Amino acid sequence: MASVVLSEAEKLYIVHGVQEDLRVDGRGCEDYRCAEVETDVVSNTSGSARVKLGETDILVGIKAEMGTPKLEKPEEGYLEFFVDCCENSVDLKSLCINPKEHCWVLYVDILLLECGGNIFDAISIAVKAALFNTRIPRVRVLEDEEGTKEIELSDDPYDCIRLNVDEVPCIVTLSKIGYRHVVDATLQEEACSLASLLISVTSKGAITSMKKVGKGSLDPESIFEMMETGQRVGKSLHIALQKILDEEENLGTSRPKVGFLG
Amino acid sequence: MAAVTMRLPAARAPLDSSAPRGGEKHLVAPGDTITTDTGYMRGHGTYVEDDKLIASVAGVVERVNKLVCVRALKARYNGEIGDIVVGRITEVQQKRWKVETNSRLDSVLLLSSINLPGGELRRKSAEDELAMRDYLQEGDLISAEVQSIFSDGAVSLHTRSLKYGKLAQGVLVQVSPSLVKRQKTHFHDLPCGASVILGNNGFIWIYPTPEQRDDEAGGYTANLEPVPLSDREVISRLRNCVMALVTHKIMLFDTSILYCYEASLPHQIKDILKPEVTEEIVLEARQRLLDSEG
Repeated sequence: MASVVLSEAEKLYIVHGVQEDLRVDGRGCEDYRCAEVETDVVSNTSGSARVKLGETDILVGIKAEMGTPKLEKPEEGYLEFFVDCCENSVDLKSLCINPKEHCWVLYVDILLLECGGNIFDAISIAVKAALFNTRIPRVRVLEDEEGTKEIELSDDPYDCIRLNVDEVPCIVTLSKIGYRHVVDATLQEEACSLASLLISVTSKGAITSMKKVGKGSLDPESIFEMMETGQRVGKSLHIALQKILDEEENLGTSRPKVGFLG
Repeated sequence: MAAVTMRLPAARAPLDSSAPRGGEKHLVAPGDTITTDTGYMRGHGTYVEDDKLIASVAGVVERVNKLVCVRALKARYNGEIGDIVVGRITEVQQKRWKVETNSRLDSVLLLSSINLPGGELRRKSAEDELAMRDYLQEGDLISAEVQSIFSDGAVSLHTRSLKYGKLAQGVLVQVSPSLVKRQKTHFHDLPCGASVILGNNGFIWIYPTPEQRDDEAGGYTANLEPVPLSDREVISRLRNCVMALVTHKIMLFDTSILYCYEASLPHQIKDILKPEVTEEIVLEARQRLLDSEG
């Protein structure tokens, strides 16, 4: 992960600012930078999304391919991530075509176009948006007289199944700076924080997983505080993201596509 | 309460360019033909192919008599003697420091070119060489002036004045060097309550105005007291205004920053970076600048 070098006086300025709830760019401790979300940016994928969170730029592409189910879960499809994440949030049964024989495998590829701090949050937002955007073609399994199965793709290119992304969590990174913690740290703020907590929160506020990163230590009391903040911020994040995805969906084909040349 | 705003991206339309410009600028992209006339000498940013003069960088064509060159819009800093720069120490070497100034090569700050703490003037001895890290460490920010340029293009800096030296608490903003206007002085004490150093290399340093100019310190004692909240707000607002001006490619100088600051006062500090608010503020600042010129 990229990092910047700061002088001691600059770090002190940032730490004191966080204590007073006024960060360098005027945000409070629980404010996110303005995010831009766009889906369907890569045409030859089943689903894609691009998220710009301040300086951080993430591109996620999802391709759906036919594969054989895993032995321990014959009635489900699965996801393959290029970057590690939790996959028990998508209804994997919806990816099943034929138990034990065919299922959909979703290959999720994540590209870091620019790193400007807080990449995990941006990646989780982009993955959720891309999963929302994914369109998997509807297939039927036909059985021959001899018993060989044939997969038939429906003729209509728009006849596809969508995934239910209500349970997909978003990651909230809380960086400990001084005695307080901040959400959505920039590169400079990350250089001042010795420890961070990555919490994945669902839209209902349930914490699905937690990880501590950094070489500093965290007081157990502050961990509880950070978890509460994470739940609160996570819920607002989900609401905002769902709103923008629905807005984009409602615009339909009349939405001006910006892509990479805007 | 947590504030999360998301939006759909919008293609950024250029600002309304209704303002008349003095003379048309000849803008070129890499690969564009500048001229097919063979009588011209080619300068920086051009090359000759098939008897045509072609641009190799994206920028503005400048013609001086028979010399044609292309000045790039976004380029690394090219040092000129007498420029004020803000730089970050990257290495501490035997008798010098290497300073990062957004140029092609790291700039050099020789041990013999600095002022010692307390302003004393003497030849630097071997003890001074061993104590270099006590003066300036890796990561420290300094303001300096360009003394000379080496033959390979690397810039040699000096801090032989009490106004230069190590920088204390504040905020650094990195912009393209071409956006910083050349002026008589680059150290400004803005009336809104903060000071700013506009480095020619694109490093802008915004810091709280020191109460008294402590001349004996020579710029080494760092004030480590917490900066009051009112000063912080001014500094954050200035930083966001600078970012807003940079987004719309307006030249940075004390007046433009001040006009932008005044235009941003009705808005909250964190709202300044929202695209619609940025555009509104920058348009107002640009209008005031044009009115004051004409």
